[in-house]
Amino acid sequence: MAAKVSAFTDTVSEVASSSAAAVISVQNLVHRYENRTALNGVSFDVRPAELFGLLGPNGSGKTTLFRILSTLMIPSAGRAIIMGCDAAQEPARLRRQIGVVFQAQSVDLKLTAYENLWHQGHLYGLRGAALKRRIHEILSRVGLADRARELVETFSGGMQRRIELAKGLLHHPGVLLLDEPTTGLDPGARRDLWQYLQMLRDEEHVSVLVTTHLMEEAERCDRLAIMNEGNLVALGTPAELKSEIGGDVVLFEAAKDAGLLAEHIRSRFHVDTTVLENQVRIEHEGAHRFVTEVVEAFPGEIEALSISKPALEDVFIRRTGHKFWSEKDDAEEAQSASKGHRR
Amino acid sequence: MATQTAALSRPIAPASAGVLLPAFTLWWREIVRFYRQKSRVVGVLASPLVFWVVIGSGFGTSFRSGGGQGQQNYLDYFYPGALIMIVLFTSIFTMMSVIEDRKEGFLLSVLVAPVPRSAIVLGKVLGGTTLSAIQGMIFLVFAPFAGVHLNLAQVLLVAVVVFLISFALTALGFAIAWPMDSTQAFHGIINLFLIPLWLLSGAMFPISRASGWIRALMYMNPLTYGVEALRALLYPGMDTTFPLPSAMATLLLFSLVMFGLAFLMANRRTTRPAA
Repeated sequence: MAAKVSAFTDTVSEVASSSAAAVISVQNLVHRYENRTALNGVSFDVRPAELFGLLGPNGSGKTTLFRILSTLMIPSAGRAIIMGCDAAQEPARLRRQIGVVFQAQSVDLKLTAYENLWHQGHLYGLRGAALKRRIHEILSRVGLADRARELVETFSGGMQRRIELAKGLLHHPGVLLLDEPTTGLDPGARRDLWQYLQMLRDEEHVSVLVTTHLMEEAERCDRLAIMNEGNLVALGTPAELKSEIGGDVVLFEAAKDAGLLAEHIRSRFHVDTTVLENQVRIEHEGAHRFVTEVVEAFPGEIEALSISKPALEDVFIRRTGHKFWSEKDDAEEAQSASKGHRR
Repeated sequence: MATQTAALSRPIAPASAGVLLPAFTLWWREIVRFYRQKSRVVGVLASPLVFWVVIGSGFGTSFRSGGGQGQQNYLDYFYPGALIMIVLFTSIFTMMSVIEDRKEGFLLSVLVAPVPRSAIVLGKVLGGTTLSAIQGMIFLVFAPFAGVHLNLAQVLLVAVVVFLISFALTALGFAIAWPMDSTQAFHGIINLFLIPLWLLSGAMFPISRASGWIRALMYMNPLTYGVEALRALLYPGMDTTFPLPSAMATLLLFSLVMFGLAFLMANRRTTRPAA
């Protein structure tokens, strides 16, 4: 794989300065494994200095998409372009421009924090005094400057994650790709990481693409792509996505048959209903008045009810007709985990 | 360029990493990881010693009677083969680290770096080569007990031969380990043909005594040329099947072919997960 790097610096500044251009462009991406389709024609753009979230339950295709973007896998069809480089055609040029943080750890536990970054720097062509300076700079950035000479295996999970992040950022990538970066972190470390990502976006104008299956993390993104079973089901800012839901979200828990209850409510009140396991879900303006009417109309059929402001999960339910987490997903996850994607 | 703020230090965006710098760094990582694990260090340093003490004392009493005028006793005959055996096992088994790197995730971060695959192969293979060549050279300390007294030129030539064998076998280990996801599977494959490879290298019995198809297999076995080259170097008086230069040339060729094989394995980009 010959590294063609001549015009690299020019390309970066060009792309970065023309703010209208997409930093990441995913065009009709399709990927099939032997017996299932993981990506079924996905398209979206990520803009410069944007914190872009890829939200989806396990098995929705976001990890496959991540592997394609990080040049680890060639897609079956379609194109993924990052800063003007096609992920399938020009992996060597593309790799130079991206920083990648994997879900699984990649730090070498037998080495110190400094050594991990020293090797990482060499892989990206950094060396000598400049590399040394950069390592100290990035270590103080992630708050680990005083632990530079300690073995990474003595670090806490949150600190190891910060070394991962430092590895991904060492060579000043214009684009940072993170796959479920908060896996296994406690809430405090999670919050720190997200604050750091926001700071990167604001101060260094790094474009960040992050995959997550957590709603509260997705809320922090500038824009979101929501994925389900290999398809893009929604794209927009969290506020935009939530605003498409008319009014409040009402959930009735059926005493007996949710399907029957839904039918009754539909025919009496002429509203759209969605049946989720033993619940009936309805979007409705002025929900507090509506629920009183419903409860009075069907005494004994309703076990419990709740009213809430629309959340991202509601967007997902509206677009897919099922819950974000279902037992089916969990079963699939267990299955795909046992097949063991090689790492 | 004095860089006070993070934004200013952006211009040090990397030049080409080339092949040598990444290969060097991966090689050095192998060495550092090795000496951080003290039990590995003890194993590498002590195993030639234990091996020779056991073999030597065992053979010493059972077989020493055979040595007449101009004829080697069996212990002396066995010495080059024993050296090869040590190098063979260490070379191949150091490449279990390829599987570990894959499992520990380190390999992934190398694969997404702008590093040519040839640099990855070169760094890893040279790392393993260094360790097994060191071990092989340690075994050379016992040469006097096998009736061998070497001058400096001979030691250097032996070092070249040991390096070539180590390199070729480590590259073979890399090629085998690359597509595997468990060290158990690796053990299985290795055991299948490692021992036959060694047995048919002239380490146990000379080619001249082998018959028919066994002899043909021995001619095809690259390890044969390693054993022959060592034997020619250690016992210049004895006649060998192959002259030293042609044995060494064959070893060199073997090294290049094995490196090529390892490179081909590592250079595949697929539509399958994380290859």
